Amino acid sequence: MTADIDKTVGTPAAGPETIKAIPVRHYGRYVTAVIAIAILVAIIYAFGQGKINWHAVPDYFFDDRIMTGVGKTLLLTVLSMLIGIVGGIVLAVMRLSKNPVTSSISWFYIWFFRGTPVLVQLFLWFNLGLVFEYINLGPIYKDYWSDFMTPLLTALLGLGLNEAAYMAEICRAGLLAVDEGQTEAAHALGMSHGKTLRRIVIPQAMRVIVPPTGNEVINMLKTTSLVAAVQYPELFRYAQDIGQNSGAPVEMYFLAAAWYLIMTSVLSVGQYYIERYYARGSSRQLPPTPLQKVKANLLSLGRPRGAMGA
Amino acid sequence: MTDKLSKTDAAPRDTSTAMVKAEGVHKSFGSVEVLKGIDLEVKSGEVFCLIGPSGSGKSTFLRCINHLEKINAGRLYVDGELVGYRQKGDKLYELKDSEVALKRRDIGMVFQRFNLFPHMTAAENIIEAPIQVRGTNKAQARERATQLLERVGLADKAGSYPSQLSGGQQQRVAIARALAMDPKLMLFDEPTSALDPELVGDVLDVMRDLAESGMTMIVVTHEMGFAREVGDSLVFMDDGVVVESGHPREVLTNPQHERTQSFLSKVL
Repeated sequence: MTADIDKTVGTPAAGPETIKAIPVRHYGRYVTAVIAIAILVAIIYAFGQGKINWHAVPDYFFDDRIMTGVGKTLLLTVLSMLIGIVGGIVLAVMRLSKNPVTSSISWFYIWFFRGTPVLVQLFLWFNLGLVFEYINLGPIYKDYWSDFMTPLLTALLGLGLNEAAYMAEICRAGLLAVDEGQTEAAHALGMSHGKTLRRIVIPQAMRVIVPPTGNEVINMLKTTSLVAAVQYPELFRYAQDIGQNSGAPVEMYFLAAAWYLIMTSVLSVGQYYIERYYARGSSRQLPPTPLQKVKANLLSLGRPRGAMGA
Repeated sequence: MTDKLSKTDAAPRDTSTAMVKAEGVHKSFGSVEVLKGIDLEVKSGEVFCLIGPSGSGKSTFLRCINHLEKINAGRLYVDGELVGYRQKGDKLYELKDSEVALKRRDIGMVFQRFNLFPHMTAAENIIEAPIQVRGTNKAQARERATQLLERVGLADKAGSYPSQLSGGQQQRVAIARALAMDPKLMLFDEPTSALDPELVGDVLDVMRDLAESGMTMIVVTHEMGFAREVGDSLVFMDDGVVVESGHPREVLTNPQHERTQSFLSKVL
């Protein structure tokens, strides 16, 4: 894009003369950049001065227990979100259904699971053995409740079912955002309700559903740190354990924070590409990838005269 | 709603040549009565034009024909079969959704706002229903889509998304999409009203070509030129009733009713 203008500089004007104006100087940008960097340096210096043994962080960064914790945190996030998304879509469809029974059930579910704290729900699942002594699915499965309800299952049910209530509202908003004319057109072609939903409405609703869902995934990743309370060890729990044994508890919190930040960053990038995928057909040109955006920004800062006209 | 349908009519299959037959069709939205007793007959192979001011009920009537709207009273037949209901003795039974869908396969509809599926390319829009509803295999459906796109003059746009097409092109894809189901009846709901004046001609050309091929068409339109040239019959509706009907040339050049005269004097 820049090349076009540079090329025309020397050549005699064959067509209309290209405008060569001095662009507006954004001095404010340089000032704010300097201030921001100064503050950042001050903060880093303050933390460097503190009585924190920073060497403990790299020492344990790739510790086996930490790696197991990271794996379990990711596993828990993925499985809980799967339960949440599938449950959310089902609940949203139920809620929008003409059938008053299914829509009431969905309303009640959302009311309960959205209305109670997830930590309380986790403890309830964990202690449900007080209500049900056995689990008895006839000939298929029969066991003591306490044996059946492992920490992993407790964590999954607690996080997943709670998430489904939130996802239901997100999915409902997405389904409602799709133009009524789409359903009509599909029906006019003889498509059934189910096919219309699956082939026409849901793919279009995804564009509205994906961004807040990405938000939910990131939230879920962090919320998994709560399941330490129901005896399921994940990243935060392992970090705490190491902290207590090695005598560097605060350092391990920083380590855990760093790992959470890495994981959420990776997820954010993934989210961006999924959004880009579902935007196809809705805009004439796909938005730039993060890399392309960074490139464009750097160019605009470093070359005040390079006409970034585009 | 069913109980309000008059039970005197006991002849569910009486039409031999009529593709659509309406007898005293009433439709209300809440307390607003939009159709106040429509009687008309559309013959097979005919191009039937519905004109009238906005709010006169023409689009609503069109939507009743493929049961996108439920009628409150009267009878509506497509190809000799009752729309939306089954008659047994003197009782009417509502059709299940799946049965309604089965009948809609044979009725193509083109909307004012095109309603193409924006997440699919032109070709994917066209093959969607044949594959999903009729179970046509993909290769065959694709071949048919290519033919249809050629027919509407958009052979080079198969891979374009609707947002990359002009309004006139979108509407022609929408017509191709409806034709892919091999309908016996095509409903057009103001197909050119949302288009730039320049682009209207292309869509009308496609419709003219379709009329010449012998398709039964019901067209709600404001294009009087098209009605006069292509139409076989024309109905002028106002305020939920049929005011005047006849051959388009007669009605348009020599309207009998005062209301028709005043409407035509404004639009012609």
